[in-house]
Amino acid sequence: MDLELIMTSFPKLLSATVVTLKLLSASLFFGLFLGLFFAILRLNKNRLVSGFAYGYSYLFRGTPLLVQIFIIYFGLGQIEYLRTTFLWVILKEPYWCAIIAFSLNTGAYTSEILRSAFETIKPGIIEAGRSLGLNKIFIFTKIQIPIAIKQSLPAYGNEIILMLKGTSLASTVTLMDITGVAKFIISTTFRPVEVFIIAGSIYLFITFLVHNLIKYLEKKYRYQ
Amino acid sequence: MKLKKIILSVFASLFLFSSTLSADTIRIATEGAYPPWNSKSEDGKLIGFEVELANWLCIYMARDCKIVEQDWDGMIPALRMRKYDAIMAGMSITDERKKVITFSQGYADEVASLAVMKGSSLEGMSTPEGINLSIGGNDVKAALKTITGALAGKTVCTQTGTIHQNFLESGDVGSVDVRTYKTQDEVNLDLTAGRCDAALAAAVAFTDYAEKSGKDVVLVGPTFSGGHFGNGVGVGLRQDAQFGSDSALGKRDAQLLKDFNSAIDKARKAGKISELATKWFGFDASM
Repeated sequence: MDLELIMTSFPKLLSATVVTLKLLSASLFFGLFLGLFFAILRLNKNRLVSGFAYGYSYLFRGTPLLVQIFIIYFGLGQIEYLRTTFLWVILKEPYWCAIIAFSLNTGAYTSEILRSAFETIKPGIIEAGRSLGLNKIFIFTKIQIPIAIKQSLPAYGNEIILMLKGTSLASTVTLMDITGVAKFIISTTFRPVEVFIIAGSIYLFITFLVHNLIKYLEKKYRYQ
Repeated sequence: MKLKKIILSVFASLFLFSSTLSADTIRIATEGAYPPWNSKSEDGKLIGFEVELANWLCIYMARDCKIVEQDWDGMIPALRMRKYDAIMAGMSITDERKKVITFSQGYADEVASLAVMKGSSLEGMSTPEGINLSIGGNDVKAALKTITGALAGKTVCTQTGTIHQNFLESGDVGSVDVRTYKTQDEVNLDLTAGRCDAALAAAVAFTDYAEKSGKDVVLVGPTFSGGHFGNGVGVGLRQDAQFGSDSALGKRDAQLLKDFNSAIDKARKAGKISELATKWFGFDASM
């Protein structure tokens, strides 16, 4: 153990944590909307609509995140036509490629979490709303969505933690997140053990915070 | 009972397979992703200048060798952990690396160069053909100044943990936006995709890629050697002091260094290094 190396690399890794947290929050933000959108499509009675949503979730849950990020970053970059369109402004940047890949991936998982949460809502609750004369949109936004969110909190907390670890793949497309900076430090010091231990501890600490936040929310929104 | 026997024999055979390597086999690591130095054929076999040279060195040493594949970014740490005994992976001999490992004498010379896509504004940079950073002088200073001006505000891509990255981050060419990749393949991909304004690697890595891919990748500026670029490419070995110079492991490591040095002498005298270099690089890069 090289204590001096630990002391010098800690601040560098800590500043890289900002990049990791930015990637995580942006992906979760976009992923939540994608997830909600596709969960609603899944519940649609039209086979074509629900089949499309199922296809999306199947595709992104069935392939490794690393493959997805490589296809979006290196794969799309090889299509010459794409490089002449406005899309290239976004796809040129590794940061946006990573966020697109992460959002699509977490969106697929989130859609499954929300779909199953919607399905656990007892028909009686919705019928009760209807008998009070509430309209469909009101029932959906004020009754179904709040219940679904409450139901899906434990599973969604898990998804946040998985996504946090997933962001480490951003380093494969040149981004300097925690893992990227750790690899950079190792490339000059040749000491992987110390550096990866600190990097791992930072991930662990973020997980600890996420875990407790979800636990707090679960408690707060528990049925009385 | 029968099941128990089957399970036991499976474990026994796994154990036997893993121990077929005798302690005296020399394990040599290469990256398999840096053509023409070392790469993989379409059927996944390791090929290249260093793969063939490694086999010849083992013949001269009269030792059994096994060539193993290792990602570049873990190359030196894994050597130090005794996952293998030697590195032959286009690794330049530098002072920075010498702090943690040792090197045999150099077997080949490598010059680095910047590359851009045809039509880039960086084309036609007027510099000498090659500069040696160890020698220095006014020509070198003027060339570095020209490059600094040309690269200002540009994104330059290179492989992580290489002499090329060290050079770009040394400040010799100002503060360029350096982007690093796990493999040279990925550097080539992003250079052609237009995400990099320029890339820095061994000159042969670009000419090899341009030839095989048919992409318009061209070399610009001078070729670089000396200084951050080290003094040729050698076999990377463990320092005998790492496991104690008097210990059995340390003695084995010290002996390996001697063996590799004399094998390189023999290969050089026999003209083998020149022959292989000419075959893979198209010119005699031996030293």
